[in-house]
Amino acid sequence: MKLQEYTESRHNFEECMKCTVCTAYCPVLQVNPLYPGPKQAGPDGERLRLKDPWFFNYALKYCMNCKRCEVACPSGVRVADLIQSARIRYDHTKPKLRDRILASTDLMGKLTRPVAPVVNGVTGLKIAKSAMDAMLKIDHRRTFPKYSGRSFEAWLRSHEKEQAAFPKQVAYFHGCYVNYNHPDLGKDLVKVLNALGVGVQLLDHEKCCGIAMITNGMSEQATRHAVHNIAVLKKAVVDKGLTVVTTSSSCTLTLREEYPNLLGVDNSAVHDSLLMATRYIYERLEAGAKFRFRTDFHKKIAYHVPCHMERLGWSIFSERLLRMIPGVEFTLLDSACCGIAGTYGFKKENYEASQAVGEPLFEQIRSVNPDIVACDCETCKWQIEMSTGYSVINPISILAQALAE
Amino acid sequence: MRFDTVIIGGGLAGLVSGISLQQAGQQTAIISTGQNALHFFSGSFESMQEVPKRTLDLFAGAGIRVHYNPGVRLTPLGTFREAALSLEDTSLFPTPRFADKILIVSFAGYLDFFTSFLAEGLEKQGMSCRICVLNLPELEKLEQGPSEVRSVQIARTMDRIWEKVVQEIRALLRDEDTVILPQVFGLQDISVPGRIRQGVPARVVFAGTMPPSVPGIRTQMLLKQRLRVLGGTYLMGDEATRANIVDGKVHSIVTRNLGSHCLEADNFILATGSYFSKGLKTNPFSIFEPVFGLDVEYDEDRNRWYDPAFANDQPYMNYGVRTDAALHGLHKGKPIGNLFVAGSILGNTRPDLGSGAGLAIRSAQVAVDQILSL
Ligand SMILES: Cc1cc2nc3c(=O)[nH]c(=O)nc-3n(C[C@H](O)[C@H](O)[C@H](O)COP(=O)(O)OP(=O)(O)OC[C@H]3O[C@@H](n4cnc5c(N)ncnc54)[C@H](O)[C@@H]3O)c2cc1C
Ligand code: SF4
Ligand code: SF4
Repeated sequence: MKLQEYTESRHNFEECMKCTVCTAYCPVLQVNPLYPGPKQAGPDGERLRLKDPWFFNYALKYCMNCKRCEVACPSGVRVADLIQSARIRYDHTKPKLRDRILASTDLMGKLTRPVAPVVNGVTGLKIAKSAMDAMLKIDHRRTFPKYSGRSFEAWLRSHEKEQAAFPKQVAYFHGCYVNYNHPDLGKDLVKVLNALGVGVQLLDHEKCCGIAMITNGMSEQATRHAVHNIAVLKKAVVDKGLTVVTTSSSCTLTLREEYPNLLGVDNSAVHDSLLMATRYIYERLEAGAKFRFRTDFHKKIAYHVPCHMERLGWSIFSERLLRMIPGVEFTLLDSACCGIAGTYGFKKENYEASQAVGEPLFEQIRSVNPDIVACDCETCKWQIEMSTGYSVINPISILAQALAE
Repeated sequence: MRFDTVIIGGGLAGLVSGISLQQAGQQTAIISTGQNALHFFSGSFESMQEVPKRTLDLFAGAGIRVHYNPGVRLTPLGTFREAALSLEDTSLFPTPRFADKILIVSFAGYLDFFTSFLAEGLEKQGMSCRICVLNLPELEKLEQGPSEVRSVQIARTMDRIWEKVVQEIRALLRDEDTVILPQVFGLQDISVPGRIRQGVPARVVFAGTMPPSVPGIRTQMLLKQRLRVLGGTYLMGDEATRANIVDGKVHSIVTRNLGSHCLEADNFILATGSYFSKGLKTNPFSIFEPVFGLDVEYDEDRNRWYDPAFANDQPYMNYGVRTDAALHGLHKGKPIGNLFVAGSILGNTRPDLGSGAGLAIRSAQVAVDQILSL
C-alpha cells in the first residue's frame, strides 16, 4: 500500500491527533510561561505557518530542542524537528554576538587554547562574569567549562604509531569538548578500546557537529559543517571500512538525525556506522571480548540519561556497561531534563527557567547521594556539577578507572 | 542484547506483564514508541467486577492506591457510568443521587473542566449545584502565557498550593454537603487528594477533566518506577519495526533506534494497543498488525467496519488480533510458539477476558502465567 507513503507530511505533522500528551512532558512549558509548548509550536503552528509565514511565533526560540515531546508522542509526530525547522525557515533575525560566541564551540576552543590558563582565570573571575553578563547577557551565575592547554588531536597524533599497531581499528569523532576542554575523556576512550585490542584513529579533520549553531539561528554555518563532516566520515567509513565512535550523545544525535532531518544533508552512507562508544564496546563484549577489572573499585554510581541519549534510545548500553563493573552500586535516575540544553542555559534570559527545569533531577541526585553521577553529555555535566556539587563523569572514563592496569 | 522476555508496548498491559515477570525473577525489557492510553484514563478500571489479590498486590507494590466499591462514577460530562475498581481519588457511589447540595469549584483560565455540563447532569438527578470559579494569582501567570492551560500544568502548580485551595473552599462553602473539584491534584505527591479530603468539611469528589489525565499519568509513572526499581528495562521512544522468525518462533525483534542491534529473548509479549496506539493499523482495504503481520479478525466488507450512527457500538472497535486459547498470536492460522498477545490489541476477540483496563490486566496475567510455567 503506497498511498500512505505519498501522503506523509513534513516531520509527520499531520499525524497529530491533538491528544496533548506532548505538553505534559515539555520541560520548558513547565517553567516558562512565554513558551507556547510543543503542540502549539509544532503541529498546530505548522498548519498556520504553511498558510502564511506571518504566523511564525518568535517565542519558538525558547524550545531547547530536548526532543522529550517527540519521545512521548504516541503518533510519531517529530515535534521538535518541526519547531527547529520552522525556526530555520522563518526566523531571519541575525543571531546576537552572544549567541554566535556560544555557538562557535570550536572557534572558541581554537582561539583560547594557547592562552587557556588565562582564559580559565578570566572566565572564573567575578568581574569578568559580570562584564559578560552585562555586555553579552551570559548569565553571571554560570560556571564556565575550562579550556585545556593541549588539544586532544595533538595528543592522539603523537601516539599515532602505537594506535596503528592494534589489530582492530576505529575512528573517533571526539567533538569540540574533548578536543579543547576535556582531552582526558578522549584519552580514557583510547585506554578502554586499547584494552579490547582496538586502536583509535582521528578523522581527517572533523569540524564541530554544529548543534549549537542550529539552535542559535546559524543553520547555514551548521550546514557547511555538516557537509564537511559527512565527507570526512565517508573517508573513514566507506574508504577505510571503519566504524566511527563518539563519546557525546548530542554530537551523535546531530550527526545521525539532525543532519538529514533538519539540515537536509544526506548521511545515509555513514549513518549506521556512527555509534556511541558505549554501544560499540558493549557489542565487542557480546562478541566475546573481555575486560579485566580492578578488584578494589567500589563506587556508588547514579546514571543520568541525557535528553539526546533518550532520543537516541541507547542509554541501555551505558547502563549495562556500568552495571557490569564489579563493585559498582548502580542507580538509574528518573529520566528528566537537567535544564542546560546545550547553550540554552548559558543565556541570561533562560537562567531561571533552566535551573527550575533541572531541580527535580538535582533533588533526586541529592537524595541518592552517589559517589559519582554518570552521564554521556558534556553540557549536562556542567549543569549538574554547578547545581549540585556532585562530580559528573562520562561512563567511558568510569570504565577506564575501573580497568586493571 | 538478550532478555528473558521482551515486551512490545509500554501501556497498562505491557507494564503489568513486565512488573509481574520481573518480580518472578525474569529479566525483562519493555519497548514503547510513545506514551499510551493511560494518559486518557478516567480513574476507573473497566470490567474488573472481581479483583484478584495479585492485582491488588501489584498496585500496592507500585504505591498505587485503589478502592473497590461496585457502583457508579461521575463522568466529566455530568453523566454516570458503572464502575467498581478505581483509583482512590476517583469517587464511587452506590447510586447517581449521591448528594443534596453541591459546590462545583473550578479555576479561572482553566477551560478543560466543563462545570455547566456537570451541573446540568447533576441537577437532572435532583441535586442542586452552585458553581464557583477561583482566581488564583499562581495560575494567572499560566493563563497569560501563549500556551493552552492543560490539566498537567495546573496540577504541577496545585501540588504546591493545594493548602491554599483548601482554605479558599472553606471560605466559599455555605450549606453544601459535597464539593466537586477537577482531578488535577496529586500528580507527583500522591497524598494530596487525601489531604484535601481531610481539610474540607464536606465530601470531596474529584471529577475527570479533558486529557491528559492527571491520575492516569500518575499511575503510569508509578508503574514505570516500580518496573525500574525491580531492575526491569523500559526503552522509551523506540519502536519495534519487524521480527526475525525462525522455525515458527520469534528469535528477535528489530527496532528503529537500535537498528542492527536486535533484541533477543526466550519469549515475547505483543501489547501495542489498539488503533489509537498503532498496535492495529488500517488502510482503505484492510486492518493489519504491523510488527509481526499477525492475523486480524475483521469484516472483509469495509462498509461494515463502522455504523453510520456515530454513538452506536462501532464494529471496528471489536476487531483485534487472532490468538489461540493460550493467547499465542496466530500467523496464517498457525500459533507462534513464544509470542503472546495482551491488552487492547485483542479488541473484542476474547470477551471472556473483559474489556478496557480489565482486558489489559487479565490478558497480561494469562501471558505471564504461560511464560512462567514454560
Ligand atoms: C482515549 C482512551 C480512553 C480510555 N479510558 C479508559 C478508562 O478510563 N478505563 C478503562 O478501563 N479503559 C480505558 N481505555 C481502554 C484502554 O485501551 C485500556 O484501559 C488499556 O489502558 C490499554 O492498555 P494497552 O497496554 O493494551 O495499550 P496502550 O495503552 O494503547 O499501550 C500500547 C503502547 O504500545 C506502544 N506501541 C505501539 N506500537 C508499537 C511498536 N511497534 N513498537 C513499540 N511500541 C509500540 C504505543 O506507543 C503505546 O505506548 C481507554 C482507551 C482510550 C483510547
Ligand atoms: S503528543 Fe503527538 S499527537 Fe499528541 S498533541 Fe502532541 S504532537 Fe499531537
Ligand atoms: S524539544 Fe523539548 S523544549 Fe522543545 S517543545 Fe519539545 S519538549 Fe519542549
